[in-house]
Amino acid sequence: MADVNRGNRPLSPFMIGHVYKPQLTSMTSIFTRITGNALLVAGLMITWWFIGLATGPEAFARADGFLRSWFGDLVMFLSLWALLYHTLFGIRHLIWDTGRMLEVDRSETYAIGAIIASVLLTIFIAVVV
Amino acid sequence: MAFLTDRKRAEGLGSAKSGTEHHWHTMVSSVAMCGLIPLFILTFGAAYGGTYEEMLAYYSRPFPAIVALLTLLVGWVHFRLGVQALIEDYTGGFTRKALVIGMACLCYTAAATGVFAIARIAL
Repeated sequence: MADVNRGNRPLSPFMIGHVYKPQLTSMTSIFTRITGNALLVAGLMITWWFIGLATGPEAFARADGFLRSWFGDLVMFLSLWALLYHTLFGIRHLIWDTGRMLEVDRSETYAIGAIIASVLLTIFIAVVV
Repeated sequence: MAFLTDRKRAEGLGSAKSGTEHHWHTMVSSVAMCGLIPLFILTFGAAYGGTYEEMLAYYSRPFPAIVALLTLLVGWVHFRLGVQALIEDYTGGFTRKALVIGMACLCYTAAATGVFAIARIAL
């Protein structure tokens, strides 16, 4: 019993690659991780913007100018979507943690709704707010 | 021939104790972010794009300042927990340790920077 084979056991196949075809469940899962971690860039930019505002007019002009350049605008727009996507799919994790909505069909219904909502909300917020 | 028992091999590898604590902290901070994110988008979005003086006046007000302070503080702590899970899933050994420590330093520095900045603007 103490001599179990520890080195040469079969590994469970990785979720993405040639073993599994892409599915809504696996794709929405990996995108929750990607969006969450990609928010590092926008997080640093917004933190820089605030320390610039606290430092003085020149420091603010540098940070604000970068955030509102075409590149900054693009990052901020995509990050707004990433933030909304991550939030909506984070809420799905909170629901799952209560033991609800674990059926694949209901989970996928939520996923489709959340994808549409994240895109519409991004456009709405970017235009209106 | 190994004389170690299965229990001896398993001990100290990190049990459900610290694992569930990490998950629990992520859940607690995520619930907080559910409230903070809409408030931050509305307040930051309303002010963003103004001049230096307008921004300074806006973030001197208690409500936008407190929302921004909590969003940056809780957000960076939540990010630290999430990025650690990412690092632990895809790397190992020294790389894993270096990245976890490096990202922890970055996240707490950013959180402190955000809190300091908003305190300085508001006060």
